[in-house]
Amino acid sequence: MNEIDALKKTLEALLFASDTPLSVKQLQEIFPELERPAKSVIVAAIQQLNSDYANSALELQQVASGWRFQVKSEMSPWIARLFAKKPPKYSRAILETIAIIAYQQPVTRGNIEDIRGVTVSSHMINTLLEREWVKVLGHKEVPGRPALYGTTKVFLDYFNLSSLDDMPPLQELQNLVTEGELGV
Amino acid sequence: MTTTEEKNAVRVAGEPYLELPDDLYIPPEALEVFLEAFEGPLDLLLYLIQKQNLDILNIPMLKITQQYMTYIELMTQLKLELAAEYLLMAALLTEIKSRLLLPRAVKTEEGEEEDPRAELIRRLQEYAQMKQASEALDALPRLERDIFPAFVDTDNISVQKPEVQVTLLEIVLALQGVLKRAEQISHHVITKEPLSVRERMTDIMAKLLPLQSLRFETCFNQQEGRAGVVVTFLAILELSKAELIDIIQEAPFMPLSISPRENF
Repeated sequence: MNEIDALKKTLEALLFASDTPLSVKQLQEIFPELERPAKSVIVAAIQQLNSDYANSALELQQVASGWRFQVKSEMSPWIARLFAKKPPKYSRAILETIAIIAYQQPVTRGNIEDIRGVTVSSHMINTLLEREWVKVLGHKEVPGRPALYGTTKVFLDYFNLSSLDDMPPLQELQNLVTEGELGV
Repeated sequence: MTTTEEKNAVRVAGEPYLELPDDLYIPPEALEVFLEAFEGPLDLLLYLIQKQNLDILNIPMLKITQQYMTYIELMTQLKLELAAEYLLMAALLTEIKSRLLLPRAVKTEEGEEEDPRAELIRRLQEYAQMKQASEALDALPRLERDIFPAFVDTDNISVQKPEVQVTLLEIVLALQGVLKRAEQISHHVITKEPLSVRERMTDIMAKLLPLQSLRFETCFNQQEGRAGVVVTFLAILELSKAELIDIIQEAPFMPLSISPRENF
């Protein structure tokens, strides 16, 4: 067995054994110091490994905290039936709040309230903090020193994104009302 | 208040009123559910604008204010608890409408007077953009709903923890090395000095604290001969037992060293 095949096998085992995504650096550091493959070699092996899986039900996906094996999206209806439990649905209030934090970070609670036109409850902020979707980045140097919120890697991982640049682009302000279907 | 508004306000809670615009009429029992669907006054306004294909940049203030007020009336009549934000928006709309009705104030030096609706339009647009973004976010594939990570159960694999504990054998071997060298250098000792383990513990700590780390071998004064080495060795073991120091080995077969415990 040649070297790259052996490496692929090791990476496959590691990625399957881990219940969280693994970054290239994390993978590299698992190897003993003297036989540590270069990052580029690991990346190449991951890509080969992924193409090996092309005809299977699984795929390797890169998200913010690294690589993970996941069931291909076309198979997910089956998984949903297996679990037979309704996936969690997020309220519009939560989705609007996390969208504002994601697109406009760093933001204070006041900024979010200005945009939404309603009070943002502490409970909602706490829910987002507990889920580790947002974190306090610092405090704004204004009276009251309000916390500035930003999104985390956990948030990106959850939405299958590898960076904030992968977020859906914002619509132009002008076209919003005529194009968007805002019906209730 | 215009007569239309008064009519709507009075009769809506009772029976559906024919003159109500179709898209505005909502059966009272459905309204409660319906209102919960709104995320606030901006959302309600956006809905009104959207429903009638109005231009967000050129909102007909009279029309929109009337409609908005009708909703507020409905909510009040149904004794729904109105969030203060809805009333604030009603006040804002009324204010804008009255400013539009009033004769224009003296124009500013730039010539153009700002449209009283400008701020409202900006807020509506900003909200609409974020609302759209939240819908796009909701549509993204996500864990628990569309994405299912695959991993294998590794519970049955016993994980070998790297050896960090120094075995007694290694300590003894290190001691033998020191003793051997001590024998080679030691002279015949005539006067016997009482060697106290307790005193030696203090000496080692005094030597160790400023340096934070000492090679195992350097703790010993080989001039003291075999007895001295043994006392020092016992002192090190005592210190280790009292959890005042740690005996450390970087890797198997590497030299031993000692260092004080963090909390000491």
